[in-house]
Amino acid sequence: MSGATEPPEPPEPPEAPEAPEPDRPAGPPAGMRGLLDLLRPRTTRGQFAGALLCMVLGFAAVAQIRTTKRDTTFATARQDELVGILSDLGQRSERLRGDLRELEETRAGLRRDVQGERALQEARRRAGTYGLLAGTLPAEGPGVEVVIDDPGTAVRAANLLDALQELRDAGAEVVQVGDVRAGAGTYFLDTPGGVQADGRQLAPPYRFLAIGDPHTLTTALGIPGGVVKTLQNIGAAVTVAERAKIVVRAVRPP
Amino acid sequence: MIALIGLVIGVALGLLFDPQVPLWLQPYLPIAIVAALDAMSGGVRARLEGVFEEKVFVVSFVSNTVIAALIVFLGDQLGVGSQLSTGVVVVLGIRIFSNAAAIRRKLFGA
Repeated sequence: MSGATEPPEPPEPPEAPEAPEPDRPAGPPAGMRGLLDLLRPRTTRGQFAGALLCMVLGFAAVAQIRTTKRDTTFATARQDELVGILSDLGQRSERLRGDLRELEETRAGLRRDVQGERALQEARRRAGTYGLLAGTLPAEGPGVEVVIDDPGTAVRAANLLDALQELRDAGAEVVQVGDVRAGAGTYFLDTPGGVQADGRQLAPPYRFLAIGDPHTLTTALGIPGGVVKTLQNIGAAVTVAERAKIVVRAVRPP
Repeated sequence: MIALIGLVIGVALGLLFDPQVPLWLQPYLPIAIVAALDAMSGGVRARLEGVFEEKVFVVSFVSNTVIAALIVFLGDQLGVGSQLSTGVVVVLGIRIFSNAAAIRRKLFGA
């Protein structure tokens, strides 16, 4: 506060001797003496009322501070953000509930069956799933067939790798390139006669068989600036055909 | 002194029980607290000036908090709740500052 707005200071009155009755000090207490006087306990009904009010104030202040601390994350969010968060949470809890139901079914099945029949089935099912993912089992299902013809021999290993990655990103679970089953460790190598995949020579036209949602795979390959466009730019002819049934026979050695 | 003890007990109780502020009270409690702080600083000032009256303190404390909350409530009904609560906080803040200045002058003579 600036001194200009304050009224001129009256000179301090000389310190009065201790007032005989502390409840009602005779003059206005001032300075540190006044502070000490303020702190002296006096037990009148009004004092207790004031104490009660101060207690309520402290309690309310702490409650409010705690509440404010608790939800700063969402207090500043806008309404559409909150709606988005809420619907995300709803979807997630729905999914988790589905998982829960599935797991509970499995558990109930495992409990019921003493001979281990159900456990065996479960293990077989999992072995099947992992076998498909690892490439040690043949597979069939809906998917796409991609044929990359390369009259100018311009297609490099990197292009084929891009195509494989794009298919994987779009959700292809099983992919066969030529007669090579693609797995986690599949590699492509440029060679004079074409491209090597996992050590096996491929010659154009390169043929991809991918099992997954046909529409999603086609869309992923055909996005502007995507795999198909890039291949066409270097002079290759690409045809993508959706098939209701793709049979992948090639397997990887376990 | 007893008031100070009361304040400490209140804070301790608040920390101990970790109360949840009910939803209908949430917009008004902060304003009421600021009003109460104003009343408290006013009480200390009056005490230092030797004009402290317990009745006045209690009545002003209660009426200040209730009026502050009422003004915000009315503002909410009129659709200017946030602006009005800003206004109330500004006014109460000025009062707290002037009370603090008076207390400081009484205590330190400066």
